[in-house]
Amino acid sequence: MNAVMTIIKKEWAEVRKNKLVLSVVLFVPLLMTAIPLVMLALMGRVGVSQSDYEELGRMLNNPIFAELSPVEAMQSVMASNFLVLFLMMPLMVPVTIAAYSIVGEKVTRSLEPLLATPISTTKLLLAKGLAAALPGIVTAWVSYALFLIGARIFAVSDRVFDIFVNPMWLVAMLVLAPLLTIMAVNVGIIVSSRTSDPRAAEQLGSLIIVPLMILFIGPMAGFIQLNSTTFWISALIVLIADVVLVYLGVKLFQRETILTRWK
Amino acid sequence: MIRIEGLTKHFRSDGREIRAVDGLDLQVREGEVFGFLGPNGAGKTTTVRLLTGLIAPTSGRAWVNGLELGREDERIRASVGILTESPGLYERLSARYNLEIFAELYGCRDPRGQVQKYLRLLDLWDRRDTEAGTFSKGMKQKLAIARALLHEPPVVFLDEPTAALDPESAKTVREFIETLRGQGRTIFLCTHNLDEAERLCDRIGVFKQRLIAVDAPDALRRQLFGRQTVVQLAPIDQPDRLARVVSSVPGVKHVQPLAPEDGGSLQLVISLSDPANQNPAIVRALIEHGADVQFVNELKHSLEDVYLSLIHADAENQRGAQ
Repeated sequence: MNAVMTIIKKEWAEVRKNKLVLSVVLFVPLLMTAIPLVMLALMGRVGVSQSDYEELGRMLNNPIFAELSPVEAMQSVMASNFLVLFLMMPLMVPVTIAAYSIVGEKVTRSLEPLLATPISTTKLLLAKGLAAALPGIVTAWVSYALFLIGARIFAVSDRVFDIFVNPMWLVAMLVLAPLLTIMAVNVGIIVSSRTSDPRAAEQLGSLIIVPLMILFIGPMAGFIQLNSTTFWISALIVLIADVVLVYLGVKLFQRETILTRWK
Repeated sequence: MIRIEGLTKHFRSDGREIRAVDGLDLQVREGEVFGFLGPNGAGKTTTVRLLTGLIAPTSGRAWVNGLELGREDERIRASVGILTESPGLYERLSARYNLEIFAELYGCRDPRGQVQKYLRLLDLWDRRDTEAGTFSKGMKQKLAIARALLHEPPVVFLDEPTAALDPESAKTVREFIETLRGQGRTIFLCTHNLDEAERLCDRIGVFKQRLIAVDAPDALRRQLFGRQTVVQLAPIDQPDRLARVVSSVPGVKHVQPLAPEDGGSLQLVISLSDPANQNPAIVRALIEHGADVQFVNELKHSLEDVYLSLIHADAENQRGAQ
């Protein structure tokens, strides 16, 4: 595992040295944490408009919103959208880092000396994957913690706060988010090892966000209900996808093709 | 140390089959500096990639450090050092960190000690904490050489080590290669620089998809051009007469007078089999026939002459075969 740790440390050292990437790694989660907090706080102060009341009329019949005031109900509705936002957060930056990880080394010509070392393909890809995924997962969890603290202090009542720590949110943040991140990183690495242009790799890698939109659009369209069961099922599907993608990643990583066919 | 039997590598590109390496047979001995010469696109880099286990051969076998290619590739990679065509450094990281990464990946017992040793050896210690991207081409190349040697490999592959370097940096790199030779390492040196090959290599192989010739530079010269002596004479009116005199000396194969310019010295280029014994007889014959001998030298063809002669002959053979 020493070789894996060496590559991880190297990848992180390069990110630390790249001020632009580092600022994106830190700024995006902060922004995505701040926006929900500000919106919740504003809603608490401004209240709910007449048109929103009419929209809420139907929803307030849902037992989930029983005993909640209209403002609290609206905040709860928004919360489910924020949850999808929090699930996207650990994907955005890691997928970009992963998508650059192989093709980036190819264009800077540092890949061949690296491949000439005795490191195995599995270890190399594991290291590249962990180096991209771990910061995403950790920043998502830290952002979630900051969000909980901010929401508790500034934005919502106890009843709404309970929603943010209910089993659905906990399954989503502690189980599904890491698994989604691993999936995104694997897709990023596969794309990175099969394309010859870093920009194309990053664009293709970012398409991993698209399936996640099902969780965003599904509840609005009425064909998915967001609850802990939905997230457990999603987590199981993503876990299977992760195993398949790790296997595919190793199989599709062709040292010879990477070294000889890319211009 | 390196044994290659029928090594072949074909690539497919746009539906065509490209033969990058075609039936290479070669042995590189322990402790020798072997120059692998050939034009651009000859397949030199592909050969290095094959021998370092980076790509798989289409057919043929090879052993590096006694390890068989295709069966023990990870162990081969652990036991060889490779300087790739481009230094390929992590430019945002310091020189020291660049080396520490590879010292750990190669499993060095004392990574920091090895890094310090090679940074000092290559005169980079004072710049150890500077980002590699700020280095000059020569410094980057030295850092890349250090990277190839951190794990003390007995076999080192150097692919164009002095290409694009200024003369001073190139000299430093060449001197370091000589140091490596002194340590008994086997060096497989791909180069276009024939002067460099002449100075550094014990043997050379001229390669263009397949091995055209292999031997020590002097042996190749003798095979291609034989032994030749150049005699320079004071200005004289009848150069052809003197050429005939020399031709009559036993053992002389051919004499070519080079016409003097503006009444200058006459040169006779004499092909012969045994210069040590025949040169005195030639000089005596010339003096007896009234010539004033100014200089007698062995004509040493450059490695460039040898190389071009072999490459052109191969091209002729290929055309003939078609």
